[in-house]
Amino acid sequence: MPYPPELRELMKKVEETRPSRVNVHYPRMTPEERAQVLKEYHPDFMEEAFRPLQVGVDRGVRLPLEMADIFEADSRLLSAELDLEHPEFDVDVLVIGGGGAGAAAALEAFSLGRKVLLATKLRLGDANTMMAQGGIQAADKPQDSPAIHYLDVMGGGRFENRPELVRALVRDAPGVIAWLERMGAMFDKDEEGRMITIHGGGTSRKRMHTARDYTGAEIMRTLRDEILNRGVEYIEFCPALELLLDEKGRAAGAVLFNLETESCHVVRARTVILATGGSGRLHYQGFPTSNHYGATGDGLVIAYRAGARTAFADSIQYHPTGGAYPPQLLGLLVTEKVRSLGATPINVRGEQFVYHLETRDVEASAIIRECRRGLGVPLPTGTAVWLDSPLIELTHGQGTIERQLPAMLRQFARFGIDIRKEPMLIYPTLHYQNGGLAIDENGATTVENLYAAGEVAGGIHGRNRLMGNSLLDILVFGRRAGRHAAEKSAEIRPGRLSLEHVYRYQEELEARGLAGQRVSPVLLPRYTHGAGDK
Amino acid sequence: MSKDTKKIEIFIMGKQYLVPGELTILEAMEYAGYQLKRGCGCRAGFCGACATVYRIAGSYQLQVGLACQTKVEPGMYLAQIPFFPGRKAVFDLEKIKPTLAEFAVLYPEIFRCLGCGSCTKVCPQDLDVMQYIAHLQRGEWKEAADLSFDCVMCGLCASRCPVNIVQYNAGLAARRIYGRHVAPPDPLLAERVREIEAGNYDRDMEELMKASPERLAELYNQRDIE
Ligand SMILES: Cc1cc2nc3c(=O)[nH]c(=O)nc-3n(C[C@H](O)[C@H](O)[C@H](O)COP(=O)(O)OP(=O)(O)OC[C@H]3O[C@@H](n4cnc5c(N)ncnc54)[C@H](O)[C@@H]3O)c2cc1C
Ligand code: FES
Repeated sequence: MPYPPELRELMKKVEETRPSRVNVHYPRMTPEERAQVLKEYHPDFMEEAFRPLQVGVDRGVRLPLEMADIFEADSRLLSAELDLEHPEFDVDVLVIGGGGAGAAAALEAFSLGRKVLLATKLRLGDANTMMAQGGIQAADKPQDSPAIHYLDVMGGGRFENRPELVRALVRDAPGVIAWLERMGAMFDKDEEGRMITIHGGGTSRKRMHTARDYTGAEIMRTLRDEILNRGVEYIEFCPALELLLDEKGRAAGAVLFNLETESCHVVRARTVILATGGSGRLHYQGFPTSNHYGATGDGLVIAYRAGARTAFADSIQYHPTGGAYPPQLLGLLVTEKVRSLGATPINVRGEQFVYHLETRDVEASAIIRECRRGLGVPLPTGTAVWLDSPLIELTHGQGTIERQLPAMLRQFARFGIDIRKEPMLIYPTLHYQNGGLAIDENGATTVENLYAAGEVAGGIHGRNRLMGNSLLDILVFGRRAGRHAAEKSAEIRPGRLSLEHVYRYQEELEARGLAGQRVSPVLLPRYTHGAGDK
Repeated sequence: MSKDTKKIEIFIMGKQYLVPGELTILEAMEYAGYQLKRGCGCRAGFCGACATVYRIAGSYQLQVGLACQTKVEPGMYLAQIPFFPGRKAVFDLEKIKPTLAEFAVLYPEIFRCLGCGSCTKVCPQDLDVMQYIAHLQRGEWKEAADLSFDCVMCGLCASRCPVNIVQYNAGLAARRIYGRHVAPPDPLLAERVREIEAGNYDRDMEELMKASPERLAELYNQRDIE
């Protein structure tokens, strides 16, 4: 839907002030201003949207209501009849989740000669990884270093990140890019083959590597193709419903559920890697999300029932620029690369109100504040602010958007909006789970033989991840977990499979009067788009 | 502002439903009561899970689109193609050479292209699919890689190809071969990996790891920005 007359009228304000904004540097916030806008406007600080967890190893820990709900829910396997004595699959390493982290882990474990099975909920690659547009960080330029990268990551995370995880992240980064390059992933390069790198929010050096605005897709399809080429075994449309433990309480497999035939399958494994990604589809605080359909936090729940500790699970990232118009694009990501290239947020009066490359938490909070102040653009679905994309062409020359942002250009053009000439309308969208399961540098969780990698893990990014560090982390820790789980699997003698931990967890729920309310993992969201409320 | 919240009639696999006119095809299916298992991945035009074929009542023409990126229209008869059994050639990227002869072993069917242009016409990403196949026939890796890069592998091209070319897989193979064997590798990368392995950055990093949060914040706030 092209912009209707009312919005065209409002857009004139943006056009009027545009010439005076070209190449004008808006001041960054001071540390005090940043702290204040976060406290007053960031959704993570809205206490009424959180509650302490009442069961399990992290009892008392604060979680978003919607996440606490799935933690305090019944297993889907309470009354299932399963033959745990005769598993259908018997493997060395079971990888759960077929996004970037899972694919990297599977490839690594496979290359060490182990028998690997990768099970995933939708298709291999139907994942947040496929959707990442902006880029991937690595300190590989002369003016940059892993130490400088380290400082950026820590600052972005409000200095709460686990230092040893950050060290692993930044140390492995150039190696990860080289690994992808060797697998034929096509990054944007200059004539001599040098990577073209740009800034992202919160970076002090230009270290964002891109593949047009299909960076995640390029990484994902490369990894998927390699999995197919090498013949790594995988099963699609088979989410894990629970982990299985052995008599010593160590991870020893999982129960998979065929979404189509609705039958269960028992897998025995010597080590298990969880790579189930994020939870945007839980729609914390009612936010729309940029996440893929299967991002329902399943891995968090099943690992928690098995006794795994969490880290920063209450910390959620709201991306400052989610689509706000047309309604078909509500909540979908407008990549940060749009701002990296110079587009700035503009209020209804045509004024810039925040530096365009603050860290995401700060930028999002400033946008929410502007709308609460009554300076947003009114829409039927709420309020929004402009993101002045035509500025990009004025600063970098005509054709920049077509070359650098083809996915964005195409997405809006499908609905009659030309982002080269017209600004976009945006509002923060639920984007990323900053925390998750606690891990060490090898991806090991607090449950023996259970590893976690990717968005399901926590601690690397503290309380706020910077753009480009997630694609990096899923590969760094996916590979580390893959390697470690493979090596470990060689030492393990498989024990007897059991769901005892699930039953015990259920007893705890019952004791607290929390049983019988809902079931989890969620697996798939159910949307009706108002069909019920006619 | 949303003028078309009025209900329209559509037909999902032949069955009639009334749905709000501003929904995408994917949302309209959900509104009608489906909980999608196949045919839905990213919901944002990146994964190619949701290829859909449709025809508007009264027209003979078959049209296609990504269900998550296409608005419903009155009288739409639609069906999804959640899976397409296209062939993927398996290869060892390290061993393969970027020659036409080797590529022809992987995807011999590209040479059977009739030039009908069905693939290009059908592409929901508006890629010139037939043209990149033509580049492949000549071993022009860079051009083929460039033209096929924005492919989401939805499979619609292959579904319409009269000679059974699986364009999206051929395109991906060409890009990987180009990226690995033709495009020059970044010289700085290898150097940096060596430096890290030699421990050149360990001291700096350890100092930062030992610093108090206050000291770290101070360094952070004073850091220079490129
Ligand atoms: C729109 C968008 C843009 C982004 N842009 C960037 C960017 O530019 N740079 C950056 O660094 N990061 C970006 N991110 C973040 C980054 O892409 C993700 O955090 C990262 O890809 C997550 O990878 P993953 O492998 O952990 O999870 P995913 O890629 O989400 O994969 C998880 C997989 O597990 C499967 N799964 C879920 N539950 C189960 C179950 N019960 N059983 C089996 N399988 C299951 C899922 O279906 C999925 O296939 C972006 C994210 C989004 C959504
Ligand atoms: S659901 Fe991914 S392209 Fe439509």
